[in-house]
Amino acid sequence: MTAILEVDKIAVSFDGFRALDNLTLTLEAGELRCVVGPNGAGKTTLMDVITGKTRPDSGSVRFDGREITRLPENEIVRRGIGRKFQRPTVFPGHTVFENLELTVSGSKNVFHKLFSRLAPAERRAIDNALDLIGLASHAHRLAGLLSHGQKQWLEIGMLLVQEPKLLLVDEPVAGMSQSEIEKTSDILASLAGRHTVVVVEHDMDFVRSIADKVTVLHEGRVLAEGSMSEVQADPRVMEVYLGA
Amino acid sequence: MKVTRTDILRHWDIGLVGALCATAAFIVPVLNAGTALTNPLHVSDFFVTLVGKLTCYSIVAVAMDFVWGYAGILSLCHGLFFALGGYAMGMYLMRSIGAEGMYRSALPDFMVFLDWKQLPWYWMGFDSFGFAMVMALVVPGVVAYVFGFFAFRSRINGVYFSIVTQAVVYAAMLLFFRNATGFGGNNGLTDFKRILGFPLREPSTRAALCAASGVGLGVAYTICKAVVASRAGRVLTAVRDAQTKVRFCGYDVVSYQLFAWTLSAVLCGLAGALYVPQVGIINPSEMQPSNSVEIAIWVAVGGRATLAGPILGALLVNGAKSWLTVAFPTIWLYFLGALFVFVTLVLPGGLLRAPARLAALRRLVARGAEMLRGVAARRSTSPAPGSVAVGKGQRP
Repeated sequence: MTAILEVDKIAVSFDGFRALDNLTLTLEAGELRCVVGPNGAGKTTLMDVITGKTRPDSGSVRFDGREITRLPENEIVRRGIGRKFQRPTVFPGHTVFENLELTVSGSKNVFHKLFSRLAPAERRAIDNALDLIGLASHAHRLAGLLSHGQKQWLEIGMLLVQEPKLLLVDEPVAGMSQSEIEKTSDILASLAGRHTVVVVEHDMDFVRSIADKVTVLHEGRVLAEGSMSEVQADPRVMEVYLGA
Repeated sequence: MKVTRTDILRHWDIGLVGALCATAAFIVPVLNAGTALTNPLHVSDFFVTLVGKLTCYSIVAVAMDFVWGYAGILSLCHGLFFALGGYAMGMYLMRSIGAEGMYRSALPDFMVFLDWKQLPWYWMGFDSFGFAMVMALVVPGVVAYVFGFFAFRSRINGVYFSIVTQAVVYAAMLLFFRNATGFGGNNGLTDFKRILGFPLREPSTRAALCAASGVGLGVAYTICKAVVASRAGRVLTAVRDAQTKVRFCGYDVVSYQLFAWTLSAVLCGLAGALYVPQVGIINPSEMQPSNSVEIAIWVAVGGRATLAGPILGALLVNGAKSWLTVAFPTIWLYFLGALFVFVTLVLPGGLLRAPARLAALRRLVARGAEMLRGVAARRSTSPAPGSVAVGKGQRP
């Protein structure tokens, strides 16, 4: 397997607080990785750095063998990294279908968008995504009217139609009911292999149900890495999580 | 494609704008120039110019709604773009006076007055109507693009952007007030004689200008409506609602903002160019910050993100203005403020959404009345005090 994402010695500090402390992380193509850690461990900051939202003080991020550390957000998206935010962010004034249409892969140039119509291939991609996230019957509802869980799925669908190589998914099951959590883990599990997926999550049961490999962050550093059972047996992890 | 009754009802706003355009472009000019003074349908020359002016304001309202209502960019300097278009047209009209000015010089009167010996380089070419018209569109466009490029690239948005635009229009006004700037100082450009060889005093020329304004409104509305309905239009509304998210969907948000912003400025330039020959003057007072704020009020009153509503807003506010400035000259601004507050509180969607809003209010009142009736009925049928039974089942 080849490395698709190499995060090398990234450091970020906010007003003296070290959010990431020379963090190094490598992802193989096609894997489903879970990133866990207590509050303030740097999980979301790591996502921010990879997607260009936060500029690191030092270190580099390489994606597909190319440097992306200083690229603007939209360019990083174009290279193939998609992100789902912690809070569901869909376009509330657009319909579910339009939300997917906005994100479907293809030229994002303003003059192209002015004159182009939805191509058959784009329509197929949108229909597939609608089926996968189970919102086909809601296609023409306003996204603002969806339930919390449906918004999360729509956002995952919006990521899918972008056809990213790497999906970053931040707390996909926060605030979800048990049945919604199960559906979400099905969706994410079906993505691994075709895409590389990184999931940041607090819910340990959920992590156990989907992860091949888990990375535990603590105080901006990687504390442990391995399968769920290995990580859970690690005394340092137990100390951080249980204070034992 | 078959047009059904529901289609017509759903697109009544297009019909409304079409009717307004036809009125300015065709009906009013024909009723003025094509009928005798004694004809009861005759429209006075004064009314023709009034319609022409209001039509130019309507173009500005559409342009403003396009950028504010759909792209979420509240501009408080659209008066500048309007004035720049107006100045470009004014420069052509000055040049076409020829040597008929007060000083009988080939130079515009104010330059003779300032003892200038030759035309400044930036007045070159303005004796050509075509060149002046191109400049009326290009200059506001370029100014908007350059300012927007730096503002949007620095991610200046929302109220911060609005404040900066207000400063820009104020600075431009001060610049144009200077005699040395070369646009006639505080008097501006005036005493125009003819356009394309037709005397501006002639009612037929006025009627033609009014018609041109009507066509201009149609063009501006069609362009904005088409952009809004395109895929790019959906991206613009997405930028308005959740800009960061759009960036993470792979869009270069700045290019979309710049496109909407520049297009809107160009349409304002068009409006200014049509306006100046009808009113016969352009001076820096068009760049007063309050003028630009007023444009935003037209849009808020008419209804943001409707394109048709702001035209109604422009007509209503200007109609009220021409009456109130005569009836209550000192306090008319309070009426304007009160109108703005009233619309914001009672009709947040503006005039165009008022029918829907009123229907919702009526439903609310009806429901309240029904509840009150229910309470009254329960009281009248409820047994004497001391009894346990309460008429639970009688609630509606």
